[in-house]
Amino acid sequence: MARTVTAMHSIEKPAGSEPAIQVTGLVKTYGHVRAVDGVSFQVTPGTVFGLLGPNGAGKTTTVRVLTTLQSPDAGDIRVAGVDAVADAAQLRERIGLAGQYAAVDDMLTGEENLVMVGRLYGMSRKQAKARAGELLTRFELTEAAGRVVKKYSGGMRRRLDLAAALVARPPVLFLDEPTTGLDPRSRLDLWEMIEELTGEGTTVLLTTQYLDEADRLADDIAVIDHGKVIASGTPAELKQRVGGERLEVKLEDPAQAPQAIEALAPLSDERAVAEEDGVTVAVARRNGTIVTAVQRLGAAGVGVDDIGLRTPTMDDVFLSLTGKVAEHEQAQQTNDEEVAA
Amino acid sequence: MRRLATDTLITAERNLTRLPRQPDLFTAFTIQPIMFVLLFVYVFGGAIVTPGYDNYKDFLIPGIIVQNIAFGGFITAMGLAEDLNKGLIDRFRSLPMSRAALLAGRTLSDVVTNVTSMTILVITGLIIGFSFDAGVGDIVTGVLLLILFGYAFSWVFAFLGMLVSTPEAANSLGFMLVFPLTFISSAFVPVDSMPEALQVFAEVNPFTVIVDEMRELWVGSPGGSLWQSVAWSVAITAVFAPLAVWRYRKNAER
Ligand SMILES: Nc1ncnc2c1ncn2[C@@H]1O[C@H](COP(=O)(O)OP(=O)(O)O)[C@@H](O)[C@H]1O
Ligand SMILES: [Mg+2]
Repeated sequence: MARTVTAMHSIEKPAGSEPAIQVTGLVKTYGHVRAVDGVSFQVTPGTVFGLLGPNGAGKTTTVRVLTTLQSPDAGDIRVAGVDAVADAAQLRERIGLAGQYAAVDDMLTGEENLVMVGRLYGMSRKQAKARAGELLTRFELTEAAGRVVKKYSGGMRRRLDLAAALVARPPVLFLDEPTTGLDPRSRLDLWEMIEELTGEGTTVLLTTQYLDEADRLADDIAVIDHGKVIASGTPAELKQRVGGERLEVKLEDPAQAPQAIEALAPLSDERAVAEEDGVTVAVARRNGTIVTAVQRLGAAGVGVDDIGLRTPTMDDVFLSLTGKVAEHEQAQQTNDEEVAA
Repeated sequence: MRRLATDTLITAERNLTRLPRQPDLFTAFTIQPIMFVLLFVYVFGGAIVTPGYDNYKDFLIPGIIVQNIAFGGFITAMGLAEDLNKGLIDRFRSLPMSRAALLAGRTLSDVVTNVTSMTILVITGLIIGFSFDAGVGDIVTGVLLLILFGYAFSWVFAFLGMLVSTPEAANSLGFMLVFPLTFISSAFVPVDSMPEALQVFAEVNPFTVIVDEMRELWVGSPGGSLWQSVAWSVAITAVFAPLAVWRYRKNAER
């Protein structure tokens, strides 16, 4: 059981054209809950893959299985060229994980945390110290290096957690909701750090509930809900899939949304969705849409406050795929609680 | 195997680094035992009759050290509960380290804290008038037996700590189960001063076996059995270490 440290000195890309991550038919159940229900995807080496989905979609469970924290009930998983079940120990040499909750020891200093992780990867104390120093500098934690983590802010903890995931320079990195609970400033910082990493050739799988995050960071996205991949592609492809244009109607009386949805039915293959103060729907063509819509709404006796066409955003992708409004604001709030807890 | 050893040492070092930074835990295994000795000696000492002993201190010190050492494992219980609770266990399990090292490191660092509080107790005892009536060999054998018995109870606590979900619950569960065991034994009062039913229990209680042997080793009073004491310690470890490992796997997988 000699410890291999080779992975730490060079970023090894899996040979040939083998994907950095390949998941086929992954299933994980908890009792009668099918947390992950037949998920398949693959990630090209050196790219960022976004697993996008609302709370409870199965993102964390997927990451936990891919990082050998849990064993799958079914499915084939290869990460960095090794099988996640048969060669779990080998796989752990080649990955870094920053979980949904920062997993750092509160009672140790930032530096002690990183040195411990380095040594558990098989580095000597001296090597681990040097590596910790590099990472502390890179993540702007040098000043806080000697303080116990208990006294860190949420953003600092996250950065330290990410640093811990990078100690062994893993070729494949897993980030489970890396910016959840962060203030906008720290969030931007972290995005930039992730972009820097991918610039160096690391393959990243990140999960997020934030559409803007996936849109900005990911080369490819799989949208998951209720344990199933409901759409996948590049951000651009997903936007296209939702349809070229979206018709947004603000209603004088939001209570009339059901009538508005009925009235707009012939304009689209899918049904319009009620939002806070109106309805929105993907439409096939641009020409004449607004006129038709206004006429139909007028005939149905629905008062229109404002109406317009707009190119789709990731929010629309999400809405049209899951029938749910993206959990932006709510998510932000729950996360503040997480930090307090 | 080499990996298990180094990783155990690394995690034990982590535990010991944390300890002085947690004042409540730190006093629990340093100041608290002193307080117990003083309370027992000066509050109960005058009322408890211990035939065959020069004074209550000679009777009490071996007993209270055994009780104290058995509770040493609560640091493991609380630490494991905290690691599981805060998700730190996921970090460790995603590393290419020996997974058993996390438990082994915990119980190993307990040995260090146990020896620390054992030393504190012996010094306190000597200051207030306890005296050894034994050769160096027997004293050392006693120390080794205490370490072995303490180690066995670290596994008991490791298991109990993982049955519950918070460090606080781990602590109180440990106390509820182990406290009566230590009191219904020969640790604090002679067994034949107890009601019949309790006597039956106290006679077979492993605490009585260990305490009696400690008294034989340290103050020369007959009635102990070294092989029975060692057998109990080994048996407790043999039962609870696998239970703790099993429970650890189950909890960590969630
Ligand atoms: N340990 C567990 N026991 C039972 N159910 C679980 C457990 N972990 C997750 N689940 C359930 O599995 C589903 C997916 O959870 P999760 O992977 O955490 O989703 P996400 O990370 O996308 O929010 C949810 O319905 C959740 O309640
Ligand atoms: Mg999650």
